[in-house]
Amino acid sequence: MTAAPSPSAPGHSGPQLPVPRQLVVLSGKGGTGKTSVVAALATLASNKVLADCDVDAPDLHLLLDPRRVQSEPFVSGKEARIVPERCSACGDCMDNCRFDAIGMTRLDSGRSVYVVDPVACEGCGMCARVCTSGAVELQDAERGEWFVSDTRHGPLVHARLNIGGENSGKLVTLVRNKAQELAQEINAGLVLVDGPPGIGCPVIASVTGADLVLAVTEPTVSGAHDLLRAADLVTGFGIPLAVCINKVDLNPDMAAIIRGVCAERDFPVVGELSYDTAVVRAQVEGKSIVEHGGGVADQIRDLWKTVESLLAKVEE
Amino acid sequence: MKIVIASGKGGTGKTTLSVNLATALAGVTTTGLLDCDVEEPNCHLYVKPAFAPTEPVGTPIPVVDEELCTGCGLCARACEFNALLALPGVPLLLPELCHNCGVCAYVCPEKAISEVDREVGMLGAGEVHGMYFRWGLLHVGEARSTPLVRAVKDLTDAPALHTVIIDAPPGVACPAVEAMRGADFAVLVTEPTPFGLHDLRLAVETARQLAMPCGVVINRVGIGDSRVHDYCAQEDLPILLEIPDDRRIAEACSRGEVFAAVDGAFADKLRVFASDLEARVQRAVTR
Repeated sequence: MTAAPSPSAPGHSGPQLPVPRQLVVLSGKGGTGKTSVVAALATLASNKVLADCDVDAPDLHLLLDPRRVQSEPFVSGKEARIVPERCSACGDCMDNCRFDAIGMTRLDSGRSVYVVDPVACEGCGMCARVCTSGAVELQDAERGEWFVSDTRHGPLVHARLNIGGENSGKLVTLVRNKAQELAQEINAGLVLVDGPPGIGCPVIASVTGADLVLAVTEPTVSGAHDLLRAADLVTGFGIPLAVCINKVDLNPDMAAIIRGVCAERDFPVVGELSYDTAVVRAQVEGKSIVEHGGGVADQIRDLWKTVESLLAKVEE
Repeated sequence: MKIVIASGKGGTGKTTLSVNLATALAGVTTTGLLDCDVEEPNCHLYVKPAFAPTEPVGTPIPVVDEELCTGCGLCARACEFNALLALPGVPLLLPELCHNCGVCAYVCPEKAISEVDREVGMLGAGEVHGMYFRWGLLHVGEARSTPLVRAVKDLTDAPALHTVIIDAPPGVACPAVEAMRGADFAVLVTEPTPFGLHDLRLAVETARQLAMPCGVVINRVGIGDSRVHDYCAQEDLPILLEIPDDRRIAEACSRGEVFAAVDGAFADKLRVFASDLEARVQRAVTR
């Protein structure tokens, strides 16, 4: 476990030994531009560690051309396996499994036995307990991999959860803690986290310990709806939230509604980004929009200045 | 037939396709739309049902009868999720870690553990615009959404439906897989960008692991590059539908409008898409 960031001593402006602050970029709804914004901020912020906490569909590395320096398996929990030779086909395992993870298969010999669906298995071990033939083995489950990479914008901690992987929250926590440790080691002042969509376990794991959450939304009914649910989650943890409205010109009326809600709930709108096809062109070139250049790049520069000042206030 | 609309990447147009397809088919055939993105459901913003999700959905958690518990700690040792802490006296439950597997109750020699439902979200279901619509809303702060996804997919009380359209959450972790399981066909929605391609590969891998036939819908065609098309050709993945990058569709979506309800040509295109899917499902069944 990493120590939680402690507030700096009074009067200490902290250029020489800052406690790394965590800025987590979220959205609620997927596809609003989290990763594009994180890559742009990665270009602008100095002295930071990057963390991609969208462990089941990570994309940040696609813009950063990472060179892996460390690669580790993510082993968490158990998974069951039925040894076919020992299975008496009584069906007790299937009857007691709450995850519909056990089915039947026919062996080459023509005999039918039970088999575990590894994607559905949550590793509780009930099947092993009820099996009277000792046919079920519980093994440590490798559910993904995590990496530390070098990029042109500093170290990146990222991961890859296996399909249907359980414990995505634990992998997110691992990535976040590793990034925090690394930031302390290299004396970096910031951990910049690309968060997952939704509001479930990987999101909860991503925002735990965050100093500031930047929510990227878009002026659509879905964007606004999902922003508010994510905001409820974040403010429920007592973490300050700032908002960036992406593709703001897509629907000016909806953008106005989002501004209104943010004002009501005291969420500063720290940036409004125009819809710009250059963002996709930058992605195709494997660059951030700041590296690619254009109008949105200037808007993100302004956004970053505001976010930096908010982070400084959080520190106080 | 049961079609799941999925994607690795969020925001590629799963919900747009789901609500437009359901709207195009409603009235033509008995159609069900299940919004299985219970963390951030959006279908209701488009189909605008008159009913709110008011039916509580719970997931069983253990309760320990203090009279019967001897404090032996067997339950805590048996729990693979560390959801029970052995303390002097009765064990302490950490409900957010509980997977509701039932092992603790099973191992308790005193039969001191029973289960009660803990509410994790709300379910809504009913008729709207000629379709049967079912959706769930996870309580904010709940970590595990799979029990509610299962409840949304449970059609025991639903009318007989010819076509069921399941709107899945993004990603490839347990909520997405839970939404996909049991469908006849996976429609994987992507966009022609590097992010779209990367996450499409993950979605294809997921469908293959589930032994589910799948095909691709490319949304916002015209942006990005040709690598998604090249990948589909290489992998022999059928491109089922291409939706052009059309600002009118994006703006209609932003306002919560269903484009197929106002644009007959788009609705026709989706009905052709649905019959193509049906033929593919038939072929997969006979194979």
